[in-house]
Amino acid sequence: MGAIEVLRGGTLTTVQDQGRKGYLQSGMPRAGAVDSYAFRLANLLVANPPQAAVLEATLQGPELIFKEEAVIAVTGADMAPQLDGKQLPMWQAVQVSKGSVLSLGTVKSGLRSYIAIAGGIDVPLVMGSKATYLRGSLGGFKGRSLQAGDRLKFLDSEGVDTSLLGKNLYKYKDSLVDYLEAEEIRVVLGPQDDHFTKASLETFLNTEYKLDNRADRMGCRLIGPTLEHRQGPDIISDGIPLGAIQVPGHGQPIIMLADRQTTGGYAKIATVISVDLPKVAQSKPGDKLEFRAVTVEQAQLELRARAEEIKEFSKLLARKSENTKKYFRVKVNGEEFSVEIEEVE
Amino acid sequence: MYEEAKFLPAGDRALVMELGAEVSPVINRKIRNLSLGIRKQGIKGIEELLPTYRSILINYNPLLIQRRELIRELKKIEKSISDFNLPQPKLVEIPICYGGEYGLDLEYVAQYNNLSPIEVIELHSAEEYLIYMLGFTPGFAYLGGLAEQIATPRLKEPRVEIPAGSVGIAGQQTGIYPISSPGGWQLIGRTPLKLFDPQRQIPILEGIKAGNYLKFIPITEVKYEEIKEKVESGEY
Repeated sequence: MGAIEVLRGGTLTTVQDQGRKGYLQSGMPRAGAVDSYAFRLANLLVANPPQAAVLEATLQGPELIFKEEAVIAVTGADMAPQLDGKQLPMWQAVQVSKGSVLSLGTVKSGLRSYIAIAGGIDVPLVMGSKATYLRGSLGGFKGRSLQAGDRLKFLDSEGVDTSLLGKNLYKYKDSLVDYLEAEEIRVVLGPQDDHFTKASLETFLNTEYKLDNRADRMGCRLIGPTLEHRQGPDIISDGIPLGAIQVPGHGQPIIMLADRQTTGGYAKIATVISVDLPKVAQSKPGDKLEFRAVTVEQAQLELRARAEEIKEFSKLLARKSENTKKYFRVKVNGEEFSVEIEEVE
Repeated sequence: MYEEAKFLPAGDRALVMELGAEVSPVINRKIRNLSLGIRKQGIKGIEELLPTYRSILINYNPLLIQRRELIRELKKIEKSISDFNLPQPKLVEIPICYGGEYGLDLEYVAQYNNLSPIEVIELHSAEEYLIYMLGFTPGFAYLGGLAEQIATPRLKEPRVEIPAGSVGIAGQQTGIYPISSPGGWQLIGRTPLKLFDPQRQIPILEGIKAGNYLKFIPITEVKYEEIKEKVESGEY
């Protein structure tokens, strides 16, 4: 069992996993990682199961000291991560020694960064998940974001799995981080697109929107031309799917994210397609977004392609590391040392 | 109620099965029936159902089931259901201390409706409210059946913090705040029970479930404190 201590919590760093399932009908939001793509790949890189808990950092990342050695991977937004003062490569499995300090700065691109540790963060399951739900003060680490002095455990009794080291997703996809700065967001219209005037639907699909400052894990507000409802914004409250774009009376759309309330009474003009949700998750206040409508079938083809891509990554990463470095642990006079040997031609 | 369900797109991983365009106990009963039927059928690819007033949000995995096939299955279930054996509705009693510091707006609600505070309490606690659905925040029950004589519009200026357990009125609705949150409801009382407690094995208060009924039982301040203590120590 390893441990990390928080030296600096950052703007908003929480423990997240895939979120709670099965409690929507009790009014319990799913929560979980907002950028499911970066989350999935972070776990993949350190050979964690898909549901392992990771840290999600927002805007400005945390500073952590490792009390045990570990293998970690940082994905998602670029917060210029450093390990003991040296630049840490992202989208790659990296070894961290005991006593090392991982420090994430302010975002250079994107908004949310994911830190996976081989073994996964060890916090109690609450309603089947380790995800932090901030408004309910539950899950994750004491139901809140990390603060200096917090001590977290990670599950990894086997020691460092050196076969993971050096595995790098950039090798396989150089466009990996393009989504962090993407502006085009594809949507499926509905469920209540018929509640809007024809002109407003046109406007919605043909204008640039800007992300408002009011953006959190629940949702992000957009600023743009006012959308008009045919007969008022209210509907009989119904379920809010992930990525739903609801439009209250003020006519400005709000994209609903991981911590969204389960039900709501505003008309929903469209739903962001699954593979574009990570783009929204990585948009920060002031960023521009443009919506383009696609059919459900197109969106599902994209989702299938994404699943194939992850399967492919998973296969590539499972291969024996091409890294020629070898790591040993040597005991000399009862003291343990990590030794790194690299073949040189 | 529609003659047959409408299926509305809700992105690539969910769809809405909508049964009607109004709030009614009959439609809501059919929603619960259908939800039960869908669960019993165990259609592969369905991940989670979210039944609401008059529709069900159906979350599914399109890699496991085609949308068209899913809709075909759902239509079949809709045709075949008559009335499943819905669980016998339970009546959940919620002790509530009306007025005073717990119900800052009781006097206003009374004045607004030309009633005495006692009359408001009598009308509010006489009803057995149908729980239509849960949503909004964890454990929040949407209740039907508020007496029209005590319906009162929301506050013009919402309060920044409303304590958990507060019972309020907003227009034709009444409800209980499960967690502390900002809000504009007219507060008439408070319950010492925890409708939502993340520390509990099952965080949502037992019995708070769509289809059950809820009744408010007026209690004194002394009783309120007594129950609150028991709740804190886990004896209630």
